[in-house]
Amino acid sequence: MSTAIYGLAALASLAAGAVGLHGLLGGAWTLTVPWLVPLGGLELGMDRLSGLFVAVVAFTALPVSVYAIAYDRGARSGMGAYLTFLGAMLVVPLAANAITFLLAWELMSLASWQLVARERSGGRAAWVYAVMTHAGFACLLVGMLLLAAGTGSLTFADWRAAAPALDATTRHVIFVLLALGFAGKAGVIPLHVWLPLAHPAAPSHVSALMSGVMVKLGVYGLIRIGLDWLGTGPPWWGVVVLVAGTFSAVIGVLYALVDHDLKRLLAFHTIENVGIILIGLGAALVFQPVGARELAALALVAALYHTVNHAAFKALLFLGAGSVLHATGTRNMEEMGGLIKRMPWTAACFLVGSIAIAGLPPLNGFVSEWLTFQALLQNLSVARPALNLVFALALAGLALTAGLAAACFVKAFGISFLGLPRSEEAAHAHEAPAAMRAAMVALALACAGLGIGATLIVPPLAAVAAELTRGARVPITVFGGVTVRVSGDFASVSTLTVAAALGVAVLLLVAGVRLAGASARARVSDTWGCGRIVQTARMQYTATAFSNPFKRVFDFFYRPRRRLDVDLHPESRFFVRSIAYESPTRSIFDDWLYTPLMAALGRATATARAIQSGSANLYLAYILAALVAMLVLG
Amino acid sequence: MIDTSLGAVVPVLVVAAGAPFVVGLTRTLKARLVGRRGANPWQPYRDLRKLLGKEPVVSATTSWIFRLTPYLLAATMLVAALVIPVVTSRPVLGFAGNAILLMGLFLLGTFFLALAGLDAGSAFGGMGSSREVAVAALAEPTVIVAIFALALRADTIDLGLVVERLGREPSLALNPAHLLAFAAFFIVMLAETGRLPVDNPATHLELTMIHEAMVLEYSGRYLALVEWASAMKLFLFMTLLANLFVPWGVPSTAAPGALALGIAVLAVKLVVLSTALALLETAVAKLRLFRVPELLAGSFALALLSVMAVFLVR
Amino acid sequence: MFRQLRTALRVGIVTEPPPPPHEIEALGVRLREEIRRRFGRSLAIRQVDAGSCNGCELEIGGLTGPHYDLERFGLHVVASPRHADCLLVTGPVTRNMAEALRLTWEATPDPKIVIAVGDCGRDGGIFAGSYAVVGGVADVIPVDAVIPGCPPSPRALLAGILDALGRRR
Repeated sequence: MSTAIYGLAALASLAAGAVGLHGLLGGAWTLTVPWLVPLGGLELGMDRLSGLFVAVVAFTALPVSVYAIAYDRGARSGMGAYLTFLGAMLVVPLAANAITFLLAWELMSLASWQLVARERSGGRAAWVYAVMTHAGFACLLVGMLLLAAGTGSLTFADWRAAAPALDATTRHVIFVLLALGFAGKAGVIPLHVWLPLAHPAAPSHVSALMSGVMVKLGVYGLIRIGLDWLGTGPPWWGVVVLVAGTFSAVIGVLYALVDHDLKRLLAFHTIENVGIILIGLGAALVFQPVGARELAALALVAALYHTVNHAAFKALLFLGAGSVLHATGTRNMEEMGGLIKRMPWTAACFLVGSIAIAGLPPLNGFVSEWLTFQALLQNLSVARPALNLVFALALAGLALTAGLAAACFVKAFGISFLGLPRSEEAAHAHEAPAAMRAAMVALALACAGLGIGATLIVPPLAAVAAELTRGARVPITVFGGVTVRVSGDFASVSTLTVAAALGVAVLLLVAGVRLAGASARARVSDTWGCGRIVQTARMQYTATAFSNPFKRVFDFFYRPRRRLDVDLHPESRFFVRSIAYESPTRSIFDDWLYTPLMAALGRATATARAIQSGSANLYLAYILAALVAMLVLG
Repeated sequence: MIDTSLGAVVPVLVVAAGAPFVVGLTRTLKARLVGRRGANPWQPYRDLRKLLGKEPVVSATTSWIFRLTPYLLAATMLVAALVIPVVTSRPVLGFAGNAILLMGLFLLGTFFLALAGLDAGSAFGGMGSSREVAVAALAEPTVIVAIFALALRADTIDLGLVVERLGREPSLALNPAHLLAFAAFFIVMLAETGRLPVDNPATHLELTMIHEAMVLEYSGRYLALVEWASAMKLFLFMTLLANLFVPWGVPSTAAPGALALGIAVLAVKLVVLSTALALLETAVAKLRLFRVPELLAGSFALALLSVMAVFLVR
Repeated sequence: MFRQLRTALRVGIVTEPPPPPHEIEALGVRLREEIRRRFGRSLAIRQVDAGSCNGCELEIGGLTGPHYDLERFGLHVVASPRHADCLLVTGPVTRNMAEALRLTWEATPDPKIVIAVGDCGRDGGIFAGSYAVVGGVADVIPVDAVIPGCPPSPRALLAGILDALGRRR
């Protein structure tokens, strides 16, 4: 039964993907069903941006659904929620009026909440997720109602037309409210607290969709409010987004470095990558109002490309983590090891995902980060020193993120898959079933294709950016089918050439080494352990040890507590029985933002509880007072 | 046609053949500076030749990543040789990428070497990997800001064009911003290639190793490839320093005469840089590991100052 | 920093000329030609302390200094037996170090040579017959050459290694 449902989901995704591609390549259409939904009716509209996001959702959901056929085999519940989740995510980019949008948005949130809440470990995660997503929804609701009140209509087309006529304060307020709502869903610092709780708690295929696709819809919203529904805003909108993006990127990867739960590490990387997307988007929002519309288009292409790339490699990585969880029963890296010998396909796919997310050439992560760098590097066309300084710091932040992300995935792949198994479960791990393997291989090939085939991906994205920046000429050209050129002769890249050159070089080296007289054999022996007689898995480096240099360098951020308990033999203080060392890191957001906020909220609600006295007479008095107030005010 | 193929083959040959000499020269100079006769500068070639003839020992714990890494590492260096303006200012693969591609290629090599360090399941390998990626990650912001400073003045980020434009206008190259960027990049070179004061390439104490600890498990032809790739990385970084910051004498065509001139000028620059490196390494002691981030932060500050100096001088 | 450089430039090269060739006691030396061809110009040495009193280590330490300078002959000391061609073993092999020595020998890639240093390395030296000692190095791993002495001076060590390699000066 579950097989049929997931198979159906896969087929539906394929169809939706075709629809999305058609829209991306220019096929715009609208659909109105006035009676289906109250307060405005169901209105769907396809333009290039919607087409892109529908395609991203659909083509990520396709391999994920195939994966779920094997991963969730024999599941009895949760499939309705999965289908609702998928359907809602496909409708959100297509929504053309506020009611359709909000309805689809809320369905998406509720369906994913349901999928998180039914897991055993999902209790607190589901609660935090519910609170954060509804706080965001409240912001969205108020923002959209304000916008509707200001423009007199609920449809997006009307908003687009009437936006320039809105007065400045209203626009700023609406932008801030809507941005808070969308940023919360996207997982931007400091609204990210639900992400590292909810994404790991959900089943792996749902995590892949949540991380790979749902947060992208937050980005979709941010693109719409920054460039579309509210017209062109002032540069400070872009600066806020740029700064929030830089902080998210750096802080996300810093938290990922010290995390040893494979799925929570991936969730923090989602925060990091959303930060990178927002750096591109923020740059676009800064360039657009100051007249550098070409650069805005370039930055937007970078952001959109990274959106597509992140969906691909994040889904791949989560499916890989799910495969590992399925085989070993654990998410803790400290209990894994040696899985590359026991799960070669999963390991190879996870490696491709790791190289992609680390932004290493010639895969897809590198291309979108390269484009983001090019957009940031040209900021001197805007001759405002304050902005230039912000851009320089964003550049440094992005470079630091790239380096730290590579370091983090050396840890994630190296500790989990290489070396000796650190537990019985890891030693007896088995490879994933065929459907799961097929899904992972498909996504790995997609990562490679999106990277090496950059010349094919850039033109449709450039068309989207041109549409959004009101017809600016996008300064990216494809030369000779092989090179992507930016801003004339400012910069160019060709991942196809690099990949080919690397391949040829490796082959030449293999042949050359053989010709230079090297023998072809190698003797197999034990690892060199300094002559130690017994070598166990415990002598390997652990994930905690691997991240120790980072913990020390950034300790002003992590503020680790150190606890060292040495248990001595009662009869002699020279014999140590056991040593326990703990070094948990604290989240500054929990300590400084959320805990005080929740405490204040608790105090406020405790005070407000005084109204609920339980006396029916007092309640009747309340009703009377409310009626009188309405009559007076009305 | 001849020019293009010469332009493709000569830089690779120069880098591949010249890299061990740069390492050997630095070693010989360091020996002379402490009163030893030292090996002659051609010694690394003999070492590599001997290593190729040995049968490697491979640990049973390792996987295909261990055996692929030496080839991939050397391949990234060879491809980088085609992207950097080594002998001419029009590298054959210059269209394929710029400084950011270069940093990406080096990071790709480091990524795989770090994985190979973890692959054998030994404590030293993990330690080396952890330290190496920490140093590499912390050096990245400096590189990008230094490149930004250069791009500001040359109005392009294409390395060959930077060399040409800075070479044409000496005033662009002789100002404080340029010197600050040079200093920042020099420190990054020390960090990325594992030289003193960041890492001692000749140490035998595993607890003090960063780069060496990752390669303790390699032997035979694999070790030869890894050592050669490290030498090429040093050569490429020195070439970047030489050609980007002292951009004169770099021809823009690949005609045989121009190539010969380019090679000669590069040789002179590299000898000067090797001497400077040998002097520095003899004079300073290795930094404590957790002081290295302070050094890298200092180099980042220098790079940032360089960017600000560009605004002030404009 | 400059004081060091000034001293170096003032003092100059202090390396002594190499010791003349002389006969050393050898046990089962393999074909000199092959060793000289492979390792004559480049030899990586891994020093293994198989229970020595460290007298030989101090002398070996002198080899890498300016006066005896091992590197001018293309010989250098390495950090791992995987990188080594030659194991320089000191000490009578104690029972605790016997297995470790054997593991080190197995970790070294072929072709390799083993040079036992000192009287202890030859046959146990002054510790021969002790309950804690296995015997000379040859009792645990195959040995190609022995450099006798207690301890052998750096000159003798250098002469012994060069002779084992069949190097003319």
